[in-house]
Amino acid sequence: MKRLKHFLFLLAAAPVVAFAAGATVHLDKAPVNLTDKESLQRGARVFVNYCLSCHSASVMRYSRLQDLGLNEEQIKDNLMFAAEKPGETMKVSMAKVDGKAWFGATPPDLSVISRSRGADWLYTYLRSFYRDDSRATGWNNTVFDKVGMPHVMWNLQGELAPVYKTQGGHEVIERLELVKPGSVTLAQYDAMVGDLVNYLVWMGEPAQVQRKQLGVIVLLFLAVFFVVAYYLKKEFWKDIH
Amino acid sequence: MSALQKMMGWVDDRFPLTATYKAHLSEYYAPKNFNFWYFFGSLALLVLVLQIVTGIFLTMNYKPDAELAFMSVEYIMRDVEWGWLIRYMHSTGASMFFVVVYLHMFRGLMYGSYRKPRELIWIFGVLIYLMLMAEAFLGYLLPWGQMSYWGAQVIVNLFAAVPFIGEDLSILIRGDYVISDATLNRFFAFHVIALPLVLIALVAVHLVALHEVGSNNPDGIEIKKHKDPVTHIPLDGIPFHPYYTVKDIVGVIVFLMVFSAIMFFAPEMGGYFLEAANFVPADSLKTPEHIAPLWYFTPFYAILRAVPPLFGSQFPGVVAMGMSIVLLFFLPWLDRSKVKSIRYRGPIYKIALALFIVSFVGLGYLGLLPSTPVATIFAQVFSVIYFLFFLLMPWYTSIDKTKPEPERVTG
Repeated sequence: MKRLKHFLFLLAAAPVVAFAAGATVHLDKAPVNLTDKESLQRGARVFVNYCLSCHSASVMRYSRLQDLGLNEEQIKDNLMFAAEKPGETMKVSMAKVDGKAWFGATPPDLSVISRSRGADWLYTYLRSFYRDDSRATGWNNTVFDKVGMPHVMWNLQGELAPVYKTQGGHEVIERLELVKPGSVTLAQYDAMVGDLVNYLVWMGEPAQVQRKQLGVIVLLFLAVFFVVAYYLKKEFWKDIH
Repeated sequence: MSALQKMMGWVDDRFPLTATYKAHLSEYYAPKNFNFWYFFGSLALLVLVLQIVTGIFLTMNYKPDAELAFMSVEYIMRDVEWGWLIRYMHSTGASMFFVVVYLHMFRGLMYGSYRKPRELIWIFGVLIYLMLMAEAFLGYLLPWGQMSYWGAQVIVNLFAAVPFIGEDLSILIRGDYVISDATLNRFFAFHVIALPLVLIALVAVHLVALHEVGSNNPDGIEIKKHKDPVTHIPLDGIPFHPYYTVKDIVGVIVFLMVFSAIMFFAPEMGGYFLEAANFVPADSLKTPEHIAPLWYFTPFYAILRAVPPLFGSQFPGVVAMGMSIVLLFFLPWLDRSKVKSIRYRGPIYKIALALFIVSFVGLGYLGLLPSTPVATIFAQVFSVIYFLFFLLMPWYTSIDKTKPEPERVTG
């Protein structure tokens, strides 16, 4: 009975939490284009350089990157830092317990992160880190408050600081402002994150390009089949009144 | 006599092959006036076969193990040849099964297909629907995502609300004190063996009963009343094969076009067929912000939430939800109208059916949303209408002004 009560309380509380979390954050539109192979290749490069040290993509094989127009040699030479053979999946060398100890939560596997979070969320999130000395890592995020992940690409984007405004008696973050420039401009950084998110969307379902191509063929076939079947039916039914 | 005829003769002496073919296809006489709504029976059979065949291929690579299940689905999506296609056929097929079955049931409501002498066809049909819901619920645990896990948690906890035996019952279902590897294994066993067997058997008796009494039609009159005096074939009947086989092929193609459009271009269907939160592996320590069942369960979920708890127990809601389905079984005896089809019914039944459909769809919509005070009031109103549709039926169908039925079917 007690467990049930607890459960019902959770059920009752859930919508409140949902509204509190979902209402305020504005998400920028991610520039996703899966036909842009160069963007996907650049994104893959950012991914293996910046994400793969802590996050795994445990069902993604290096060899699958051939779908992006790379050959096995290119993959081996430029993108494989933590694996021996191209057939291996993108594992992470960091132990799960270490991740938990260092960041407060094990960094999630990113294989299907674009399918659970959505491209726009990822695109906005990766551009919304700001300095916050109250956090252990020194970083916070406007999309994901009190996130355990530090700003991995801070030396590229530079440091952002929040600009506050008063709303209904509370101080809320109005926008983020660049206080210390990074090694690239903000526009370049946005483009880089765009490539990365493009790659993450592709990695969420590598078959999706083929899926849509096949879909067109199947629908065309069915359309032709429909005409045949329709006249066949008409022919059989012409003596039914 | 040709070699083929000889062979058929040999078989027919030992097995009623020709007789069965005649009884169910070439000499099964169906009314000639079937309309759009009569496609969904054969389409339901098509989806059942599709689910079984794709299901067989999925089990070849799926691992019913809490440690491996989530990633084995992704393995199917990436490394298994055409695995993504088989998996999407199965996930799209699950939702489309309910689309087809709901339209099939609506047809029954419109044309009175549940009325005498088709009561058993209807009862077998409701049993199929119940089994289908169980099958879908069990199958949804298998990908082992967050919604799989917490959805199962919510539903199994409903059983825990039953007085006295609830706790033990829920442990029996889970095989554990929480949803766990043991639960996944038994749900897998039921999903791939037990329920499909029951489903196939029920579909078989549904069809045997149908072919015993003959199909209803949009006019709701019996074509067997007017038979050819010599051949004894119903005057308004035509052989199922070839007439309805060629017609159903057209329906099948249109259906497959809709099916393919979803499967190839929007397999998630905006989160209604595959939920975003289910791409996060199950985590027993992290409750998702909003747990919503899949769309085909939401009308009943909304009824459950609409009933206020009694003494801190959700049991009244569980009873209401159960009753909302149990009432369907009694439909053949609740309807007292002189006519079967909506074509000859009076205005009261038409209004009642329209209100019922609005309530059912409304409940389905509300069941998707987090509950708010306003949404709860709407859900309560819709729930009351849902129940009154059945409970008041003996009264309003008997006073309704009906039109005279025609002697013969009207095109």
